Amino acid sequence: MSQYKELINEGMWKNNPALVQLLGLCPLLAVTSTITNALGLGLATMMVLIGSNVTISAVRNWVPKDIRIPVFVMIIAAFVTIIQLLMNAYTFGLYQSLGIFIPLIVTNCAIIGRAEAYASKNPVHLSAFDGLMMGAGFMVVLVVLGAMRELIGQGTLFDGADLLLGPWASVLRIEVFSFDNQFLLAILPPGAFLGLGLLIAAKNVIDAQIKSKQITSPEAEKGPRARVTSLT
Amino acid sequence: MKLTMASSPHNHSHKSLNTLMLTVIAACIPGFIAQVIFFGTGVVIQLVLALITVSVAEATIMKMRKRPTFQTLKDGSAWLTGVLLALSIPPLAPWWIIVIGCLFSIVIVKQLYGGLGFNLFNPAMAAYVLLLISFPVQMTAWLPVSDLLGNSIDFSQQLGVIFTDFTATGFSVDQLRVGIDGMTMATPLDTVKTDIAHGLTASESMQSPLFNEWVGKGWGWVNLGFLIGGLYLIKSKVINWHIPVSLIVTLAVCSGIGYIASPGTEAGIVFHLFSGATMFAAFFIATDPVSAATTNKGRLIYGAIIGLLIYLIRTFGGFPDAVAFAVILLNMAVPLIDYYTQPRTYGHGVKK
Repeated sequence: MSQYKELINEGMWKNNPALVQLLGLCPLLAVTSTITNALGLGLATMMVLIGSNVTISAVRNWVPKDIRIPVFVMIIAAFVTIIQLLMNAYTFGLYQSLGIFIPLIVTNCAIIGRAEAYASKNPVHLSAFDGLMMGAGFMVVLVVLGAMRELIGQGTLFDGADLLLGPWASVLRIEVFSFDNQFLLAILPPGAFLGLGLLIAAKNVIDAQIKSKQITSPEAEKGPRARVTSLT
Repeated sequence: MKLTMASSPHNHSHKSLNTLMLTVIAACIPGFIAQVIFFGTGVVIQLVLALITVSVAEATIMKMRKRPTFQTLKDGSAWLTGVLLALSIPPLAPWWIIVIGCLFSIVIVKQLYGGLGFNLFNPAMAAYVLLLISFPVQMTAWLPVSDLLGNSIDFSQQLGVIFTDFTATGFSVDQLRVGIDGMTMATPLDTVKTDIAHGLTASESMQSPLFNEWVGKGWGWVNLGFLIGGLYLIKSKVINWHIPVSLIVTLAVCSGIGYIASPGTEAGIVFHLFSGATMFAAFFIATDPVSAATTNKGRLIYGAIIGLLIYLIRTFGGFPDAVAFAVILLNMAVPLIDYYTQPRTYGHGVKK
């Protein structure tokens, strides 16, 4: 059980692909202008990650070391194609608004990074769970960033959720406040860089606070160091 | 007697930070007065708003960082940022424009990078770019000079426009921008650019009532005001001559070459030097001691490339003026420029 706990901790916080590994920044920065886009791409990435982790882990003993990278890339590409066709069929609006970033999941380093670092060395069930947790960690950051940018940029949340979840979801749209003018910076790419920077800073602050709380038993006071050189 | 050993430089200017910053603010006064005369007292309102916002933002961040609040505020660097930003935005822009700009410049551009002396970018210009790309409509709504206005507006009406978007008599900024002849007027740079895009020649475009012969009405005086202020700064040794001179010379040479090559689509040297924010940029923006190059040779290169970029973006780019973009781009290049222009240390590295 502790292995699963460790994987949850790794994926969601300690080794989060977006906040710590800083992998897959291209989709992270490009499509997080609304929660819907972020959630759509996050789900797609998670599906691909689980599928590729499982497959790679299953074939890991039969793939020669020398050609493993091309094999991994082909497996990932196959899963991305599946996801792309599925999105084309069932969530066409979202498929159009995400555009090139769905096929670009192939080049997301977070996925090949997990394939190389985890799935090619571990059994299937653990790899599947790792894919789920890494994908979830990535998706949470995408969604939080998307929420920040959507809220500041156009004052809404879940705008266009019906593209992803079907017609009923249009009731999810919340207009928090309405502007006469959109705050374009938050929607444009610079807003994503600023937002991600602030999220990473927030994570570091929380980490520092946890660390300062953990030190409950301070080390015994050492005597003052003798200075052997004199000042001036 | 105790002898202390300090590292070089041993002879330095004895001006305090506070004096430096206040001198720069004082040098803005001629240009500021010209702006008030030609573009109305809205500038004063923007200035007050900016000073309040930067003071509050700086004080709050200093409290959060557990640093001395009033000492830092007193050095005047935040106020200077506020003044520069207030002078660069349209005088009748809504109040939240200047507030957002000041908050961004102080909190994000300056303090998150470590405060005065550590900011990579010129805070006022980074905030200007933020505002320009976020709110293009409000940020380009310059009124024509006041004697061309169809509806003249007094101080209380300008106050109304800034805070409620409308004057007491119900005019919005867009309606106010309509001149005597019923045409909406833009800035001189914008007018020439649009007209050339529509197939007019530059000299035809300058027949518009916005212009006096070669420069935009009012804009020439504003630039002259900043030129006077800038010369005073050089004389009082607050800034070095390198950056303004190389910037202005490069811009003049480029626009001169352009005018000789294509007199139909180029507006000439005087137009470029006195119609936009050229003088303001050369003496007040590009010379920011923190984000500009620090060696004399580096300063010449820095100013020259800013001048070149201003000309290129004004002539071929999408925006009518280019000061903020040029300065921000060169701020990024400063570490490189400084690296390659390090002066030779006395006694070291002599070529034999």
